[in-house]
Amino acid sequence: MEIGLGHYLTVSAIVFTLGVLGIFLNRKNVIVILMSIEMMLLAVNLNLVAFSTHLHDLVGQIFAMIILTVAAAEAAIGLAILVVYFRNRGSIRVEDINMMKG
Amino acid sequence: MEVLVVFLPLLAFLIAGSIALFGGPKATPSAAGHGHGHDHGHDHHAQGHDDHAHHDDAHDDGHDDHHAVAPSPTAGDRAAQFVTSGAVLLSAFLSWLLFFDVAVGGHPRTIELATWIRSGGLDVSWALRVDQLTAVMLVVVNTVSACVHVYSIGYMAEDPQKPRFMGYLSLFTFAMLMLVTADNLVQMFFGWEGVGLASYLLINFWYEKPSANAAAIKAFLVNRVGDFGFALGIFAIFVLTGSVQFDAIFAKAPTITGVTLHFLSWDFNGLTIACLLLFMGAMGKSAQLGLHTWLPDAMEGPTPVSALIHAATMVTAGVFMLCRLSPVFEYAPSALEIVAVIGGLTAFVAATIGFTQFDIKRVIAYSTMSQLGYMFFAVGVSAYGAAMFHLFTHAFFKALLFLGAGSVIHALHHEQDMRKMGGVWRKIPFTYAVMWIGNLALAGLPFFAGFYSKDMILEAAYASGSPVGRFAFALGIAAALLTAFYSWRLLFMTFHGKPRMEKSVYDHAHESPITMLVPLAVLALGALFAGVGFHQWFIGHDRAEFWGKAILALHEHDSIEAAHHHLPGWVGIAPLVVGLIGIAAAYIAYIQIPSLPATFARLFKGLHQFLYNKWYFDELYDALFVRPAKALGYGLWKSGDGALIDGVGPDGVAAATRDIAGRASRLQSGYVYHYAFAMVIGVVLLIAWLSVFG
Repeated sequence: MEIGLGHYLTVSAIVFTLGVLGIFLNRKNVIVILMSIEMMLLAVNLNLVAFSTHLHDLVGQIFAMIILTVAAAEAAIGLAILVVYFRNRGSIRVEDINMMKG
Repeated sequence: MEVLVVFLPLLAFLIAGSIALFGGPKATPSAAGHGHGHDHGHDHHAQGHDDHAHHDDAHDDGHDDHHAVAPSPTAGDRAAQFVTSGAVLLSAFLSWLLFFDVAVGGHPRTIELATWIRSGGLDVSWALRVDQLTAVMLVVVNTVSACVHVYSIGYMAEDPQKPRFMGYLSLFTFAMLMLVTADNLVQMFFGWEGVGLASYLLINFWYEKPSANAAAIKAFLVNRVGDFGFALGIFAIFVLTGSVQFDAIFAKAPTITGVTLHFLSWDFNGLTIACLLLFMGAMGKSAQLGLHTWLPDAMEGPTPVSALIHAATMVTAGVFMLCRLSPVFEYAPSALEIVAVIGGLTAFVAATIGFTQFDIKRVIAYSTMSQLGYMFFAVGVSAYGAAMFHLFTHAFFKALLFLGAGSVIHALHHEQDMRKMGGVWRKIPFTYAVMWIGNLALAGLPFFAGFYSKDMILEAAYASGSPVGRFAFALGIAAALLTAFYSWRLLFMTFHGKPRMEKSVYDHAHESPITMLVPLAVLALGALFAGVGFHQWFIGHDRAEFWGKAILALHEHDSIEAAHHHLPGWVGIAPLVVGLIGIAAAYIAYIQIPSLPATFARLFKGLHQFLYNKWYFDELYDALFVRPAKALGYGLWKSGDGALIDGVGPDGVAAATRDIAGRASRLQSGYVYHYAFAMVIGVVLLIAWLSVFG
């Protein structure tokens, strides 16, 4: 069986859905949310690369590189914020982070 | 000269007022509170008097030892006293000249000063109408005012705010002169309100006393009720005659007797209703039954004020107004009947209250109210000359009584309760003598002033022959009995018997300074000779020439004429007989058997309580008007303003905003996954929308 575009897109969709569910089913840890975001970004990257090979257009792969860069920066900043938050608050449990509550 | 008479007091008021405002160091209210304080039970004077114990003999020559504790008068005080007293004395002198020229010589005149209002058919000018009626009032007002001004120099020696007091007195005098010289109803209303204002300011002169505040506000409010009627009366007169100027009104009055006024589907006799509304104004100012409750309370003011405003002049403004409008009232006989009934009732009710009171000033205040009742029922039986004559004589002897009472109060260190007086006649013989003269005049003993005027009123009431005349006569005779009784009760309680005050007060009782004694002497002369000297002009055979056209009594109403000709003999002596009975009764009850009054009070407890509490008028008004008005105001405040306007308006909008904002803010849970969820839902909806409609 040849692995075609449909398979890539299916895997990508499953990973993205897992990422989304990971954000709002998770009640424990902010790091899990960060990881879920990474997963969603990877799913998008998978999509881009799949379409790039399928359409023989390198722009998609270049776009994927940009997203990886941004994702790395985002992860770094997100983790840094978490470290500072933990220092100040002593907890990074999701249900404790509701200072913006109205 | 007329202009000088009227405007000198205004000038004096302006000068004294500027001194009070700008001159010298200001006295603080607390210092003012220390300087006088006429309420009962003050003992801070004792200190000052101990210093003087070693030269008690100095008291008899008029030395005023109150200066020892009082702030010494400043140059400003002296200037204010000199200017106001001088101006009013000059004014008084000129008004006597005017009296002999205008009234005795028979030269009434009107002096136009300026146009005030000219609008459509309404033409009002400032003018001084000096006819016989005005000349009499000028003499009364300025003479008493001059006496009171001079008296105040001595009486208010302790007060730190002399320029203000003297200024108010002069302001009052000016307003009263504007009232009596008015040539039209609007100008009269100006003076009318002016005296009301001055009365308010003077009752409230000791403004740090809450009771004085309450009394002043009460006087002002009750007078507003009367003034409301007066204003409506002026409107009604203007509707009926098309003018507010006296001569024009008087010329038209006989032709409009049948005219009716249509109001809310009722038809009223226009002239009667106009006269009754004007009488309502007079009732307020002259403290007639129904609108009288302010007068006794007005005694919170300094005693010279009570003498000038609440005995001699302002309260007689109502009588003057009815006499001035006699050419109108003569054509409204049913209004006159009501005037007579109210006057008679007032004379009687006030006398019954007067003989149970213990405050020396209140007794005299009720006596004033009673005498005003006499004047009104004289007007009611068309005996205008007699009413004016009683006004004239009453001004002298009542001012004398008040100033005499002031002298007693001064001597006894601001004690006003007669239960704490007694036995002081040896200490203050001059005051004692003038009080005798005043009371003899009030009770109407022969050859004293009241004898001529009061007897004439009673005779005219009887001679008028109408049922209301007889009714007023009966009440008047009863009131005369009570008058004599309470007058001598006052004399005996104050001057005779055992001293009931503390010994130190009795030992330091002293005659008043010379500035207080001279006015008393002048007024005593008036109380002695005003009746015998003037009765030929006012009510005797010369009265037609004397009054000229100032007073109109239709021939068929002329009760003075009737009283001169056909009158049973007993009517003439009845007032004298009941007066003597009253004096004898007072002598028995307060000198012979001092326990008698208490026994009577116990036997007729209900009646005594009823009279002592002034027929419960204050309580009745409190229940009828004050409390419902307060409840209405409270209700409107709470339900109308609070619940409706604020509740729906600002408060309601604010509450709704807060409520909605609260609900909206509860959406903001602060949990990241909720926002994420909302985002996903949004994306799903967006995509769904695009895929269906896009």
